[in-house]
Amino acid sequence: MTAALLEVEGVSKGFPGVQALADVQLELRHGEVLALVGENGAGKSTLMKLLAGIHTPDAGTFRLNGRELSIEGPRQAQELGISIIHQEFNLMPDLTVAQNIFIGREHRQAGLFLDDRALNRRAQELFDRLGLALDPAERVEQLTVARQQMVEIAKALSFDAKVLIMDEPTAALNDAEVDVLFELIERFRTADTGVIYISHRMEELSRISDRISVLRDGRYVGTRVTAETAPSEIISLMVGREISGEQRPAPRTPEGEPVLSVRGLSTRQLLREVSFDVHAGEILGFAGLMGAGRTEVARAIVGADRRESGEIRVRGRVVSISSPAEAAGLGIGYLSEDRKQLGVLLERSVRENLVLSSLREYTSGLGFVRDGRIEATGREYVEKLRIKTPSTAQLVQNLSGGNQQKVVIAKWLVKDCDVLIFDEPTRGIDVGAKEEIYGLLRRLADEGKAIIMISSELPEVLRLSDRIAVMAEGRLTAVLDNAEATQENLMDYATRFSSEGTIAR
Amino acid sequence: MSPITTKPSSGRSDTATTPSTSAYAAIEAGNPRFARLRGSLQQLLAFASLIVIVAVFSFASPHFFTANNLVSILTAATVTGILALGTTFVIITGGIDLSIGTGMVLCGVMAGVFLTYLGWPLWLGVTATIVFGGIIGLVNGVNVSVLGIPPFIATLGMMLIAAGLSLVISGTKPIYFTETPDFQSIMNLSIIPGMRFPLGVAIFIVMIIVAAVLLSKTILGRYTFSIGSNEAATALSGVNVRRWKIIIYTLAGLFVGLAGVLSASRLSSAQPTGGMGLELEAIAAVVIGGTSLQGGKGSIVGTVIGALIMAVLTNGLRIISVPQEWQSVAVGIVILVAVYLDMLRRRRG
Repeated sequence: MTAALLEVEGVSKGFPGVQALADVQLELRHGEVLALVGENGAGKSTLMKLLAGIHTPDAGTFRLNGRELSIEGPRQAQELGISIIHQEFNLMPDLTVAQNIFIGREHRQAGLFLDDRALNRRAQELFDRLGLALDPAERVEQLTVARQQMVEIAKALSFDAKVLIMDEPTAALNDAEVDVLFELIERFRTADTGVIYISHRMEELSRISDRISVLRDGRYVGTRVTAETAPSEIISLMVGREISGEQRPAPRTPEGEPVLSVRGLSTRQLLREVSFDVHAGEILGFAGLMGAGRTEVARAIVGADRRESGEIRVRGRVVSISSPAEAAGLGIGYLSEDRKQLGVLLERSVRENLVLSSLREYTSGLGFVRDGRIEATGREYVEKLRIKTPSTAQLVQNLSGGNQQKVVIAKWLVKDCDVLIFDEPTRGIDVGAKEEIYGLLRRLADEGKAIIMISSELPEVLRLSDRIAVMAEGRLTAVLDNAEATQENLMDYATRFSSEGTIAR
Repeated sequence: MSPITTKPSSGRSDTATTPSTSAYAAIEAGNPRFARLRGSLQQLLAFASLIVIVAVFSFASPHFFTANNLVSILTAATVTGILALGTTFVIITGGIDLSIGTGMVLCGVMAGVFLTYLGWPLWLGVTATIVFGGIIGLVNGVNVSVLGIPPFIATLGMMLIAAGLSLVISGTKPIYFTETPDFQSIMNLSIIPGMRFPLGVAIFIVMIIVAAVLLSKTILGRYTFSIGSNEAATALSGVNVRRWKIIIYTLAGLFVGLAGVLSASRLSSAQPTGGMGLELEAIAAVVIGGTSLQGGKGSIVGTVIGALIMAVLTNGLRIISVPQEWQSVAVGIVILVAVYLDMLRRRRG
């Protein structure tokens, strides 16, 4: 039997306080696309960084075509034929496409001078070979995210790569762009190359991958042939337990007066006459295509965007809200889809984040912060929401995505909000943690909170919402009870455009 | 079907798919040509403001737009301008160099030490002074990139060290270039017969060209932009970022050494005091010229225009008899307006 393209054997890596990888193995065969899956914190990224030469392993071996490798730096990894497309873009926005691709590998004349024309030519040749429509002389910051992704891929392929590793490459791409990416992958895949493809999207894995390897808690769990394996089996390997997907909330009828009532909400840019109610104990889902105005509804309610017209009532009383702080004062908390930018302070501790919105209550008359009370509250909520952190003093940036999200939720619970607006609550969160967030949302509703949940994933909306509001082009096109909603009819309402042809179908 | 396997495409695709012959059509939208124009537009604007300022002063006073006065503007711009040229590189990397003002004074004192105290020949003393400036920069570079001290702090420390050393070495007294009377010619020698066009200004012009070529045509310039644009990504691409940052700070130091020679030459003596505040003037010139303190963006042409705008303002306000106290106020306002306009432009773009 000939050696595999890339073999990873007995690799371990520890960081202070965490064993990120323990005795991990992996085998990438010639000509295959191997999917690598696992929850956040399972060790995928660490494994990537070892292969990229960013970290060195504590133990274990890597073999390329049977030959043992010692990877000493990013540059060397690339020269050995291992190219990596990182999850976060690694481009220099101020440089041109060609300058980005050949950074560190420029031909120099007299050791100093560069020839950009020759560089552009080289890049053009590369694009022609790859069939990419990119302009070598364009500055990267002018490109759309999808085109930047193409630059990343072109860069990775410009090294004579044998092994291409992609970390969540489709996170920012639309369907057409995903098709282009998959086409590129197919073209790259030959008898002496291979791809390791990291993704959370099971649907993609069945399209592109030959086999799927699973990591869990820094350990290798197993590998399955994609065609012979049900996605649910992969998911249970990832989380170590079965996940049943068909759960839907038990039907319930909203009782009493609505907690939040919105009538005729319009904004200059997008929203037209949006009206709905949310009751205590209920989860109201918001479905719709991107750009339909779901986030804008939330922003208009909490006063982050200007309202043109419309009336908002909280428990029957008409209120005027002109800033998120006022909204919070009335008990309305908005949890942004952009958690890292707008949700948490990454470089501050868990407990500081928890009390951030309610800091006044943790301050003595003289303006001194009461650390003891903050710590007590921190402990209480870490326990209540099962936030995985060694202590309340841990910096939020060291938590996984799911736990960061819990910190944001806890922050609004500390503030004692009774209307919570979740915008894409499970974005960037792995499958197992998603389940936990779902459970948490349900529990909050059961405790009497009124919850609005905006989600782009229809299954998530169906799974969680008691009622579902559907939006299209800034208008509310339907509000359905969960029992009457299906993916099909939600999609139908989400594509009811007022004037035919404004968006081609 | 389990929800996790269900394709969430419905929610993902924004512009519901338009029928296209090729999937590439989706990513072929966009307009690069227009975008490329914008970079040069900014310099055009800075240049236009310079022209407007010159026009206003020319209109206000007959003594402004004369050959002699224009040369004295260039002469006044020379020392700050050379400091600004070197520090442009540092600022484009996202760094800052506060030590250039007092560093320049220290270099002037060292020129006095080499030429007067040690009696070295002119060429050697001048070369040694420039190298000494490079060493100041080298130390800054090592502090920033090897020890990891933030540039602001590292160069603030160097600024104070240089200020102190100038006084210590000179014994707080000016050093005169008695052994090398030709020293003053480096800045002051008139090189065009019939008018006062000093050699120093010619050196400034040569240095502008050198800096522009370095920044736009060489590997050094490429990595300067690259580091400022995304330092982590540059390092991941296999570029030795530490080494290049040391080189860039050293380069800025060499410009400081040259500025030290020229300013001492101009006065025919090394003055051990002063220099503080000069770094801010140089940084102001860089910023007016459109270089971003966040790094990644900037140009030598912009810096030169920035230095000229500052020099023209100072000179013109004096000619139209605005009291000196107010000149500083005017320059301050110009800085705020220039940077605000730049931010406005960026926000829109």
